[in-house]
Amino acid sequence: MLEGILLGLATAFSIKNLLMVIGGCLIGTFIGMLPGLGPMSIIAIMIPIAITIGDPSAALILLAGVYYGAIFGGSTSSILINAPGVASTVATSFDGYPLARQGKAGKALTVAAISSFCGGTIGAVLLMIFAPMLASVALLFHSAEYFALMVVGLSAIAAFAGTGQVSKAMMMTVLGLMLATVGEAALFNAPRFTGGVMDLQSGFSFVTLAMAMFALPEAIFLVLDPKRSNTGDGGSGKITNLRINRAEARQIAPVIGRQSIQGFLIGVLPGAGATIASFLGYAVERNIASEEDKKMFGKGSLKGLAAPESANNAACTGSFVPLLTLGIPGSGTTAILLGALIALNVTPGPRLMIDEPQVFWAVIISMYLGNLVLLVLNLPLIPYIAKILSVPRNYLIPFILFFTLMGAYIGQNNATELLILVGLGVLATVMRMADFPLPPLLIGFILGAMLEDNFARSMQLYDGPSFILERPMTAGLLVLAAVLVFLPAYRSRRARLKAQGVADGD
Amino acid sequence: MTLDRWIASIFLVMCILYGYTAFVTMDVGLPPFMQRNPVWPSTFPKILSVLGIGCALWVLVSSKETPIKEDDIDHRRLGDYRVGQAFLLIAAMVAYAFALYPVGFLASTIIFLTAGAAILGERKLHITFVIAAVAAFSIWYLVQEVLGIFLRPWPWFM
Repeated sequence: MLEGILLGLATAFSIKNLLMVIGGCLIGTFIGMLPGLGPMSIIAIMIPIAITIGDPSAALILLAGVYYGAIFGGSTSSILINAPGVASTVATSFDGYPLARQGKAGKALTVAAISSFCGGTIGAVLLMIFAPMLASVALLFHSAEYFALMVVGLSAIAAFAGTGQVSKAMMMTVLGLMLATVGEAALFNAPRFTGGVMDLQSGFSFVTLAMAMFALPEAIFLVLDPKRSNTGDGGSGKITNLRINRAEARQIAPVIGRQSIQGFLIGVLPGAGATIASFLGYAVERNIASEEDKKMFGKGSLKGLAAPESANNAACTGSFVPLLTLGIPGSGTTAILLGALIALNVTPGPRLMIDEPQVFWAVIISMYLGNLVLLVLNLPLIPYIAKILSVPRNYLIPFILFFTLMGAYIGQNNATELLILVGLGVLATVMRMADFPLPPLLIGFILGAMLEDNFARSMQLYDGPSFILERPMTAGLLVLAAVLVFLPAYRSRRARLKAQGVADGD
Repeated sequence: MTLDRWIASIFLVMCILYGYTAFVTMDVGLPPFMQRNPVWPSTFPKILSVLGIGCALWVLVSSKETPIKEDDIDHRRLGDYRVGQAFLLIAAMVAYAFALYPVGFLASTIIFLTAGAAILGERKLHITFVIAAVAAFSIWYLVQEVLGIFLRPWPWFM
């Protein structure tokens, strides 16, 4: 292994490859800030450039840099304008945006950068040590377990909405799952619930829904109530605000540690990826936090920001495990990377480590480098990025609306998408006024298609729902999901009865 | 009835319609070979419609008046907010959606950004116009020329 590391170091530290990392991170960060262009589309756009480079290690290093940069860029728009352009940064906006509204945008971006750095770096160390071993464990997960894992994820999210809200959060989750069934399902190839509308044939697009659920209601709220706009890191004197103090560092350090490991392990499972890792990371940290900290979640908790950020970066690294060791892409992004690798005449799989050790190790070393470059590049830029919020309201709001519209348009090149966006956005605003939590809806939508696919696959394999009982891990995960949903409801009921002075029998 | 109960009722009706489609109309045209499958296109929607009806009823039963958080919008005093501006901006977005293709990206974006600022009360519209023009052009350049995603820049006659 040491030989391999040295070989990787030599490859990654060549001037050309260093420039590739830096260039990739920069491109990724800036394009990733535009809502609607997630890592997948940016990497897809970069592939022709990567292929013309010719050298597989350099190309892969460039693409990995773009990948990390794009994820950090996506967090930036989540934090600053509540517009998560990428599914894996949705959880970042839960606490990142409240922090920005409290005038702590600089601090929020710093925490995001540091957590991403730690998540990515710890992930890279774990990748180096455990890659071959983990690959075989990941194969133990069958579609039944994936189905159950996603049910756990959804229940954890529904439960995080907090006291007295579980019913509403559950309702939103189911609505999200229903929206995901619109259009043509992969397994059946028959359109469902489209109402004959051609534009719904391929279903709702994720970006449209994300913009409609988060960015648009927020912009409408900003218009309705001008007092809301008087926040953000205005002025130039507040740049010191981006430092985190010792107490805060102590607060987030364990969160980063735990979530980097958990995120990495989830990332290793093909199909789970950064999105599930970030949601589960958020939910887990919220559940194990002390009562005091728990109240802060969703209102600008640093822990709530550090958890999804470290988890999603670690998971991105984790998703390279099945790609590099088995040749199975675990996510859309790694699938595109696989395509690029094959175009470059490299076949990922068990023999990659033996046949082309310089590619394997150079990628891993470039992950450290990518993370480091990202931190070094972005920390000095943060005060300037945070200044976006001090743009006068009369300009900021039309621009937020414009970027929301563009995000929905670029992906589909279809103006009907914009009408869907506005319609859903108005609905989301009304639901938000009635205190319905919107994140569960979006998460239900994101996981819906995967959930149904895995459900259908297990049903086919076991010729009915018997897989629930026949596979102990599935049954265990489903029981856990039920506990997650009913425990908070039960607890809040008990608390209410206690408050009324009624004994509850135990 | 409070707003959340209204929403839950509408959702209930939606779930019943969704369930009706899943249970009754969806399987009509299912080819015979697919009918032998343990899972049909309607299987998952059937489960969802039942879950959805359950959740809607749960909200209807358990929903209680929640105090409005200090920085949230209180829908019961909607008149105190700038509702007119919000409606105008939403209308502008709809107009943008319809104009984007025939008018072209550059012109419609400049008009949208300027009109948006005007609706919010901006007075120095000549400055807004210049900023909007620069922004529209640079976004167009980035998206079409650098990234290669087609965005029709000019109106239909050009």
